[in-house]
Formats: sequence, C-alpha cells, structure tokens
Amino acid sequence: MLRTIATLKESGDVAALNDLIPYARAVGLEAMLDEGGLLVALRFRESNIGNTQLRAIHGGVVGALIEHAAILHLLIETETAVVPKVINLSIDYLRPCLAADTFARGAVLKQGRRVANVRVLAWQDSVDRPVAAGHAHFLLT
Amino acid sequence: MILPANPPDLARIVKAFEALPHARVLGMTFLSLDHGRGSVRMPYRSELVGNPSTGVVHGGVITALLDTLCGAVVMAAVAEGTPLATLDLRIDYLHPASPGEAIRASAECYKVTATIAFVRGLAYHEAIDDPIAHCAGTFMLGTGFSATAASPVAAAEGASGGQPC
Repeated sequence: MLRTIATLKESGDVAALNDLIPYARAVGLEAMLDEGGLLVALRFRESNIGNTQLRAIHGGVVGALIEHAAILHLLIETETAVVPKVINLSIDYLRPCLAADTFARGAVLKQGRRVANVRVLAWQDSVDRPVAAGHAHFLLT
Repeated sequence: MILPANPPDLARIVKAFEALPHARVLGMTFLSLDHGRGSVRMPYRSELVGNPSTGVVHGGVITALLDTLCGAVVMAAVAEGTPLATLDLRIDYLHPASPGEAIRASAECYKVTATIAFVRGLAYHEAIDDPIAHCAGTFMLGTGFSATAASPVAAAEGASGGQPC
C-alpha cells in the first residue's frame, strides 16, 4: 500500500491515489490538481442525500469529504512513512450543503514528529461562501 | 432530560431516518429510540473501506453513522416539528474498527436550550466500554428554514447556518 502511494505521489497521479480507496468510489470523492494545488471534490449523488425535503447532502458525508481532503493533503504535501491515522476531526457546518458538487481544499498547519494538524474548507458555488470548515489531528507514527 | 410539551412521534423519526438515502447506503437500522437517547447498528460493507490493505472502514462511515444518530436523538428530544441543523460535530477516533464486524452507536441529547441541543455519542462493536469513536455535537433548533417551504433552496438560503437534518 505504502509503495503504491509512494509511486503515485511521485507521478503526481492524485486521481489514482484517491481511487485506491473503496469508500471514495462509493460516495463520489475525487482528487485532482489545479493551480491552487490539490482539490478534492464530492460529486453529487442521490445516495448522499441526508435531508429529502431540502435535498441537502448528509452532514456525515460532508465530514467524510473534509477528512478525506485532510488525509490526501497530508499524503501529498508531507513526507510520511506510514498512512496517517486520524486522531480526531472537528466539523463546523456553516451553510446548508445542497444537491450539487462540493469541493474542499486543505492546508497542513503544523507537522510535528508524531502529530500533524490539518485545516480544510469546503464550498459549493463559491469558495467565499464555505458550507463547512474542519480541522483534524493525525498520528504520523 | 425534560420532555417538551408536545413530544415527537418516535416511530415516525425512526422511519424517516432509516429511509434517508445515505442511511440506506450505510445499511443503518435503529436498535432503540427514546426521547433524547437512541442506538443504531450498521453491517460491515466492503465498499465502505477506507484502507484497502487492512479492510478498515473509512472514518467518514463512523462520522455519518454518528451524525445521523445524533440528529435523530435530538429530534426525539425536542417538540414535534422543530427544525434542526447540525452546527458542529467533533469525533475522537479511539481505535480502528475491526474489519468484517458490524458497528453500533449510542447517543444521548443531554441538554436542550431555547436555541441549541447538545449531544454526545459512542460507536463500538459489541461492548460500549470498548468504543471505536466518541462524538460531541451541537445542533441549532428552529433555524428558520421550513421543510414545507415552496422552494427548499430559497428556504435553505435563509437559514442562519448549519446543515439541516
């Protein structure tokens, strides 16, 4: 697994790295590189609906998008010899996340020897109107 | 837990939450629901794996399971028809879920104010004293959107924040 991650990291194939994860395929999580670096997308799927009246995306799937973006940022931006293990995750829900594609970008705020702190912002139509924000700690040992 | 004057219909909440498209993806079913507390169970599913080399489910599965249960438990604690939106959710991952095993979760809404409900929960396999994850969340009550509004999008845009549930 780590060797595959290392190979894909070297080639910059973040989409293939993302596709190694069955859950990412199951809920419609994708990874790509653009001018801002790594961008993670949660494609809209009916099966991700968590509120049928408002047609809002399930808050747990928004949480999964944030966690997934955080871990991919860590894998791509840092040198880690192991797959980082999530210690905890906090999600602030800022606006309703409606039936559309959702995007997330993160930043590694602090990478220590044993623990990393990652922040992530998620949005739909505009990055200036985030739907959720999150931060997570990961164990690197 | 002080029961509201017009307590909600628990059977209706169970039915509504189990029917949610994403709850069906998880295969989530209620083991119990009372006013302000409840528990759920979901089977192991290989398509929800986050680490293919270990077979451990993605953290997002635990997040979604706990988020759904917390929403249902809050809805069961407040007056019938109160709109809810998740304000925040914090998950501590205590140890990895075991591949192949069903996951259970229990949660309780331990405080309700005029505007906010506070909830905490645990995810585990067989024994609640050997938890996989702990969560603490807050929900806004009566956020201004209406489930019966003509335009769900317009109603959602008027909301003061949070993820409706």
